[in-house]
Amino acid sequence: MTEKRWAFEDFTVGRKIDLPVRHVTAEEIVDFASQFDAQPMHMDEEAGKASILGGLAASGWHTCAMFMRMMCDAFLLDSTSQGAPGVDYVRWKKPVIAGDTLSGTSTVTAARVSAKRPNLGFVTVEHRIFNQKGETVCELANTGMFLLRNPGAAA
Amino acid sequence: MTLDDYLMIGKRIELGSHTFGAEEIKEFAAKYDPQRFHMDEKEAEHSVFGRLCASGWHTCAMWMRYNLQKRQDMEGAGWGGEGEKPVFGPSPGFTNLKWLKPVYAGETITFTRTAKAHRAVASRPGWRVMTLICEAFDSGGDKVLEFESAVLLKADQGES
Repeated sequence: MTEKRWAFEDFTVGRKIDLPVRHVTAEEIVDFASQFDAQPMHMDEEAGKASILGGLAASGWHTCAMFMRMMCDAFLLDSTSQGAPGVDYVRWKKPVIAGDTLSGTSTVTAARVSAKRPNLGFVTVEHRIFNQKGETVCELANTGMFLLRNPGAAA
Repeated sequence: MTLDDYLMIGKRIELGSHTFGAEEIKEFAAKYDPQRFHMDEKEAEHSVFGRLCASGWHTCAMWMRYNLQKRQDMEGAGWGGEGEKPVFGPSPGFTNLKWLKPVYAGETITFTRTAKAHRAVASRPGWRVMTLICEAFDSGGDKVLEFESAVLLKADQGES
């Protein structure tokens, strides 16, 4: 048994989970970029405006990292998660610009119990991240592993 | 020099190696992925991974750091073909990302990329999109990370 709020059984196909709002500051964009992706459009406002991204834009990897934090706070930290083997796809649809406010949804698209480990299930989720204008800035999908709350219970 | 030569199509290029320290693992995790196995040695012992390990997104971000360094070295080496020197732009995304093994604190990871192909982008004249395989290996030679990426490239060379 688990005291966690989210176990495998809670991820029913079709369930849509809201991700918390996150404000993106210029300082954070530059901080991430200086460590991992120091291209001019991620480091400098003028360079960003002159680029095809149109402003000081977050590294796509930064957007992924911010998504991860949003997912952690929405459900992952209070779940029976056993990690994730990977990500099916990430599409950076629009630039994330300094001053944007991100929100998002995670929608369960598949859930199955492991054949080898009856206490473990695989949950596939499609995630969408939006900006304050309602535009999709990033789409991704992944499969995570979660322990069951009641292994062996009748399905 | 052809664009294929410049981009080293088909060759696996070593980007560099990085030793993941416990402090930087925790610092990244505190900001972006505060799961207990990325945050605390003791807590990690009781987790599925058994030891403190880096967020998978931290490993990806580090791949980007070394990828960019290598690209800047290559650009510094100069363009020996016709027309304007190719310039890299943003990436539309990636597919099939696999975190194959945990990256534990103290582990040294070597990053690589292999450019596969490039083609014209119909909607953006003068731009091409290059596809590439991105990988990372631990000190024992085991692959810890792989994904297939794409990047835009401003270039007036190459067949469409």
